[in-house]
Amino acid sequence: MQDTLTDAQICQPENMVYCRTALMTQAPLSYCPGCGHGTAHRLIMEVIEEMKMQANTIGVAPVGCSVLAYDFLDIDMQQAAHGRAPAVATGIKRLYPDKFVFTYQGDGDLAAIGTGETIHACNRGENITIFFVNNGIYGMTGGQMAPTTLPGMKTATSPFGRDTETMGHPLKITELIANLPGTYFVSRQSVHTPANVRKAKKAIEKAIQYQKLNKGLNFVEIVSNCNSGWKMTPLESNKWMEENMFPFYPLGDIKVPK
Amino acid sequence: MKEIRLMKGNEAIAEGVIRAGCDGYFGYPITPQSEVLEYLMANKTKERTGMIVLQAESEIASIHMVYGGAASGKRVMTSSSSPGISLMQEGISFMAGTELPCLLLNVVRGGPGLGTIQPSQSDYFQAVKGGGHGDYKMIVLAPASVQEMYDFAKLGFELAFKHRIQVMVLSDGAIGQMMEKVELDEQVPRWTDEEIVKLHPWSTTGKTPDRERNIITSLDLNPVKQEIINRNLQKKFKHIEETEVRFERIMCDDAEYLFVAYGSSARICQKAVSLGRAKGIKVGLLRPITLFPYPSKELEKLAKQVKGMLSVEMSAGQMVEDVRLSVNGAVPVEHYGRLGGIIPAPDEVLNVLEEKFIKENLLCKTH
Ligand SMILES: Cc1ncc(C[n+]2csc(CCOP(=O)(O)OP(=O)(O)O)c2C)c(N)n1
Ligand code: SF4
Ligand SMILES: [Mg+2]
Repeated sequence: MQDTLTDAQICQPENMVYCRTALMTQAPLSYCPGCGHGTAHRLIMEVIEEMKMQANTIGVAPVGCSVLAYDFLDIDMQQAAHGRAPAVATGIKRLYPDKFVFTYQGDGDLAAIGTGETIHACNRGENITIFFVNNGIYGMTGGQMAPTTLPGMKTATSPFGRDTETMGHPLKITELIANLPGTYFVSRQSVHTPANVRKAKKAIEKAIQYQKLNKGLNFVEIVSNCNSGWKMTPLESNKWMEENMFPFYPLGDIKVPK
Repeated sequence: MKEIRLMKGNEAIAEGVIRAGCDGYFGYPITPQSEVLEYLMANKTKERTGMIVLQAESEIASIHMVYGGAASGKRVMTSSSSPGISLMQEGISFMAGTELPCLLLNVVRGGPGLGTIQPSQSDYFQAVKGGGHGDYKMIVLAPASVQEMYDFAKLGFELAFKHRIQVMVLSDGAIGQMMEKVELDEQVPRWTDEEIVKLHPWSTTGKTPDRERNIITSLDLNPVKQEIINRNLQKKFKHIEETEVRFERIMCDDAEYLFVAYGSSARICQKAVSLGRAKGIKVGLLRPITLFPYPSKELEKLAKQVKGMLSVEMSAGQMVEDVRLSVNGAVPVEHYGRLGGIIPAPDEVLNVLEEKFIKENLLCKTH
C-alpha cells in the first residue's frame, strides 16, 4: 500500500474528504478571521445543497455582521431591517407555503430590537427556520453590550462589566421561545470544534427538514465567538466561550419533536 | 349590468383589493380603519381568491411582512391610521430603498400623539414629503368618495407595479366611515407563481439554474454606487411627476377664485362652490387626486386666471405649501383649516374665501 496519494488520486470522488459547497459564492468572507459566522454560513449552505433545495429557498439576512450574507450565499435573499427578519420571513412564507424560508440573525437583531417579531413569529408557529448566532455582543457596531452579554462582561457600552442591577440580565431567548407552543424544534449548538460542527450540522439538517412538516417554527441557536468584539485572539475567544458562555447557554437540543 | 352595493369607505377598499387580485394583507387594528381587516376576515378571502390575511402583532411587523411578500413579487398591502403609519415608516423607507411595490392605506385621524379618532388631514407632510428616512417619495392617491376608495385599490396596485413604488391611499376618517353606493368590477385573477417569475424577474422566488440569484437590499456602502442608486430613484420620481398626475377640475373654466382641496375637504369645497355660484361668485375647485405627483402645472395655469386660491385642509396648513410652490407668488394663496377632528362646513369655507379675497378687494376699491 502506498502511504501518500498523488494529486490526481486526491481529486477522485472516493478520496474526497471535504470540498467547498457550490452554494457559497466566490466572494471573500468579510468576517474577522476566527469568527464563527463563516462556518455557520457554510453549514447551512451545505445542507441546502445536499437537500437540492437551492431553487426552493428564500433567505432573509439581518442587520449585523451578517448583513452581507447575500454576498456569500448563492440563493435568493432579502435584506431585512434590524430585527424584522421574522416578520419579513412570515410575509414570504405565508405567500409561498411550499418554499423553504429561513432567517439568519444575530443576538442584538433577534433578542433586542427584534424581540417582538421573534416571539410572535414563534408563537404563531410560522413554518420558517431561524438560525440565531449568539456571540453575546453587537459585533457589527463595534462591540457594544447585547441583551445576551454575560454578567460582568466588558463591552464598549459596559466598560466596567455588565452590571445586572442597572443593565439588566442576559436574556435566554432560546429557552423562552422553546416554551411557546408554536416552536417545533429548538436546539443550541456551537461551531468552534470539528465535533461541534458535526453536531451543529445535524441540528441544521433537522431544522431545514422539519420545515416541510408544517409543524411550526424550527430554531437553531449557534453560540459563537466574536474575537474582535471580545478583544481576544480566536483561540482565546473559543476558550472563553467554553468557560463562560456554555455554562450560561448550555449546548444541546432544547425542544425535540415527540 | 354592473354590480352596485352600499358600502362604507373602508369596506369598499377591502372589497377593492380582493377584486384587484391582492395576494396578501398584513395589518393591525386601529380606529377609524379596523373595518378593513374585519371585512377581509369576514369575507374568507382564502376560500374566495386564495388571498392571505394575517393580523400581525404590530404595525412594524405588518409593514415588514408586506416587505417580504412584495420582495417575492406578490400583490401585498397593509392599512392603518396615523399612529400606526408612523410606526411603519421604517419599513416604508426600506421598501423605497429596494423599490418594492405595495399598497398602503392611511385612514387619517387627528394627531399629534394619540390625538383623536376623528378625521383629519394632518398626515399630508408625512405621506407626500417622504415620511421615513432618506430621499424618497411614494405615489399618494387621495380618494374623495367611497367609489374612489374602491377604485384606488386596483389603480394603486397597477401604479405600484408599473413603477416599482409604494402607493399610499391617503384617506381620512370621514371617507373611511361614510356609506355610499359603489359600482364593483369583475374579479382580477391573482397571478400564478409562474406568472410572477415572468412578470417580475427581480423578485426572490428561489434561484433557478437559468438565472443569477436575486437579492433585495437597500444597502450599498460604496458612496459612488449609493449616489447612483439615489440618482436613479430621483429619475423615477421625476418620470412619475411627468406621467402620473391626476386631478379633477370643478367649475374651473370661468373661475375667478379657486378652492384647492383633496379628500373630505374637497367634498366640502364642492358644496361651497355651488353655494358660491348661487350667490354669483365665480368660484371653482381644483381637487388633486394624486398628492404626489402634485398637479403643480395645473395650478400654475390656473394662477394666470384666478384672483386668489384658498387651500382648505383639515390641518394647520400642509398642502398649502405645495400650492404656494406651484403658483410661485403669481397669485395670493391663503389657507383655511380645522384641526382636532373638526370638519369645516361648506358655508364656513365660502365665508373664508369671501373674507380673504372678495371683501378685501371691495374694501380696497372703496378706499
Ligand atoms: C434601527 C437600527 N438601529 C441600530 C442599528 C445599528 N446596528 C447595526 S448592527 C447592530 C447590532 C448587531 O448585533 P448582532 O445582531 O448581535 O449581530 P452581530 O454583528 O453581533 O453578528 C446595530 C445596533 C441599525 N442598523 N438599525
Ligand atoms: S466583529 Fe465579531 S461577529 Fe463580526 S465578523 Fe468580527 S468576530 Fe465576527
Ligand atoms: Mg451579536
